Amino acid sequence: MVLQSSLKNCFWLSCVLRTPKACFRSTASGGLIIQSVSNDVYQNLAVEDWIHNHMDLEKQQVLFLWRNSPAVVIGRHQNPWQECNLRLLRQKNIKLARRRSGGGTVYHDLGNINLTFFTTRKKYERMENLKLVVKALKALRPQLDVRVTDRYDILLDKQYKISGTAAKLGRTSAYHHCTLLCNADKFVLSSVLKSPYKGLKSNATPSVPASVKNLFEEDPSLTSEMLLDAIAKEYAMQHQVDHHITLINPADETLLPGISNKTKELQTWEWVYGKTPKFSISTCLNMAYKDSVLDVKVNMDVKHGRIEVCNIDLPEQWLPPGLYSELVKSLTGSKFCPNETTMLVTTLLRACPQDDELHSRWSLLCENMIMLM
Amino acid sequence: VCIHRVRSCSSIRFIKSKYVCVFDKSALKFSHQQRLFRTSAVSCGQIVQFKLSDIGEGITEVTVKEWYIKEGDSVSQFDSICEVQSDKASVTITSRYDGVIRKLHYSIDEIAFVGKPLVDIEIDASKGVAPEEDVVETPPMSHEEHTHQEIKGHKTLATPAVRRLAMENNIKLSEVVGTGKDNRILKEDILNYLAKQTGAILPPSPKAEIIPPLRKTETVPAAPKDKAHKIPVHVSRPIAFSGKDKTEPVTGFQKAMVKTMSAALKIPHFGYCDEIDLTQLVQLREDLKPLAEIRGVKLSFMPFFIKAASLGLLQYPILNASLDENCQNVTYKASHNIGVAMDTEQGLIVPNVKNVQVCSVFDIASELNRLQSLGSAGQLGTSDLTGGTFTLSNIGTIGGTYAKPVILPPEVAIGALGKIQVLPRFNGKGEVFKAQIMNVSWSADHRIIDGATMARFSNLWKSYLENPASMLLDLK
Repeated sequence: MVLQSSLKNCFWLSCVLRTPKACFRSTASGGLIIQSVSNDVYQNLAVEDWIHNHMDLEKQQVLFLWRNSPAVVIGRHQNPWQECNLRLLRQKNIKLARRRSGGGTVYHDLGNINLTFFTTRKKYERMENLKLVVKALKALRPQLDVRVTDRYDILLDKQYKISGTAAKLGRTSAYHHCTLLCNADKFVLSSVLKSPYKGLKSNATPSVPASVKNLFEEDPSLTSEMLLDAIAKEYAMQHQVDHHITLINPADETLLPGISNKTKELQTWEWVYGKTPKFSISTCLNMAYKDSVLDVKVNMDVKHGRIEVCNIDLPEQWLPPGLYSELVKSLTGSKFCPNETTMLVTTLLRACPQDDELHSRWSLLCENMIMLM
Repeated sequence: VCIHRVRSCSSIRFIKSKYVCVFDKSALKFSHQQRLFRTSAVSCGQIVQFKLSDIGEGITEVTVKEWYIKEGDSVSQFDSICEVQSDKASVTITSRYDGVIRKLHYSIDEIAFVGKPLVDIEIDASKGVAPEEDVVETPPMSHEEHTHQEIKGHKTLATPAVRRLAMENNIKLSEVVGTGKDNRILKEDILNYLAKQTGAILPPSPKAEIIPPLRKTETVPAAPKDKAHKIPVHVSRPIAFSGKDKTEPVTGFQKAMVKTMSAALKIPHFGYCDEIDLTQLVQLREDLKPLAEIRGVKLSFMPFFIKAASLGLLQYPILNASLDENCQNVTYKASHNIGVAMDTEQGLIVPNVKNVQVCSVFDIASELNRLQSLGSAGQLGTSDLTGGTFTLSNIGTIGGTYAKPVILPPEVAIGALGKIQVLPRFNGKGEVFKAQIMNVSWSADHRIIDGATMARFSNLWKSYLENPASMLLDLK
């Protein structure tokens, strides 16, 4: 039976989180299991940051359980344009987050559970953690064919990926987190994780696509709650602690001082998009204008999410030269972002001669440029 | 003290021998003399090769993904130096020393090897900053305080700059809650502690954030003119103690705005202001709000202002015109595409409602809802943002009464609406009554518009709003 307690009454926990060495030695040692009450991906990632930076993990390790409402989470060194369909994400109001650990891109929704194992740097051991998860799954449903691969994935029936892994190491502490597919929306998953952007060249960490399957599909009696509970039970057993999950509210600034700043930072454009390693785009716009189709070559270099270099190969005099140079000048240094570009091009249009022909050409070119972002 | 001694021995191993004699065991007993010893140490900088330490799991090589510092930067112990990646693990490498970065051994995307030099750091002892940071753990304090530290059982991490700040302000580091990595005490923590002690009000942050009502989830489109209207309170953040000027390039949308506003300056503006009694309109809106809600639309005051403006433009079409570059021709625009200024995170954007002349108040309200939700999601399209012929700016939702709006080229007129205030006014019988007053400030292009035209347009617009029933007579 899982005992869940609200943190408001858990005064001892706030001691634990601040000066763990001092208070905690006397009580249960080994492991602490906490679960987030929030489904906000940014808040939950901020909790990971907080624990990583502020908790002393010498005497006890921590298991953090969390689930998110629909979100795509890219790895620390990845390129969101390369990894997912940003247009679709915006349309469907699916959040985009960049985590601090490495690895590839994943889709989260409430049918996917996240597990984070916090240890000291020395005790960082991913294989052990994944074996724990497999053990828990087998204890719950012995007939499940689940195993850990040497790529730190968990496979179901030898072919379907049900869990991916990533890790973050700091000076004194480390964490390893992984997903577990219980009942996620596979249709949305496959459509958002397909990038429509062509002509991208980048050294960002690429994701390795894999066939996935939900545990629910294998055994419809399984729920996310059951899986969370089984894993917590196994963790508790291995660390010789009570099978007790403490609920944590990521918005609680008193308990986790500085957490709201961490949450905000994770949502900034500079973090989500600006941390993309330098990449270039080399593509051709096929613009249907009047009775012909124009092939316009576009080359752009994007660094820190901003356009460093921009070349648009337009037919001569298609746009007045002054206007063309104004466009390139404004785009240079601007965010590689459809909203920023829309605002930029519509504002520039105000200072142009009011000519319908010019306006329609401008709109056509700009719409096509915006589609690249 | 015992723990500190052990630490100092291990860190000495990384430094050349000339340091060892300075930090022998006898020196450590006199904690209050520690600063003296540091300043008497050798003064010239020592280049140390900081090697990439073991990552764990038998990993021997990693890829360098990001440098947090560059050659010539100063670093403190525990500052992040770079981010490396190995097989789905991202590792933050922190500096072991205080000093200046002299050489980066790898560039981005290169493979770095465990045990090989990562960066060269010049340790500058003359600054009083030495790698034996672990030794100089406790600032000068009394014996009782020292014991108190040990009872707590954890060392106080803080850089020399922070320690100096604490010492200058007579603050005991043990009483400050550290919010940095590993409970490290940061400058902000000292400042917060100071503020609490003295009740000091720290100066507001230069980056004052005006919270636009648009961002609230329960907001109404563009002009929430509720009676009990609350002005958003601006919460200030204290400036960091060692505040420095910050220069950023003007890029993207801002750059475009510079160009547009410079063009706008060339227009000779004149202003005309008035006050409007919205008492009747306030009542009308109250009555109509639930009807609109049933149809799924939030009804603010803006749709009324916009429709009234369009009715006025039918009588004074010159206000809905455009002057060409050479001021040779005036084009009277057939469509009334009335722009509504919106404040977003990125700045001022002006989407417009197309063809207001054939829209009902409800149509306008519905369109405003759509534009407003797209605006806050950052998803407005180019067609929403182009083609405007006349603009209204509802600055009153943030505050203010009279304003001096700037005309947005290629338009020739703009109106700024102040906030609705409940003020005493005299009625026809000479009695004082409670009136809902809003101020309007018009700006127009004096090259083709004269004061009389603007005044007459304003009076007509005002009459529609003060007596909404009169709008019915002229609605097409």
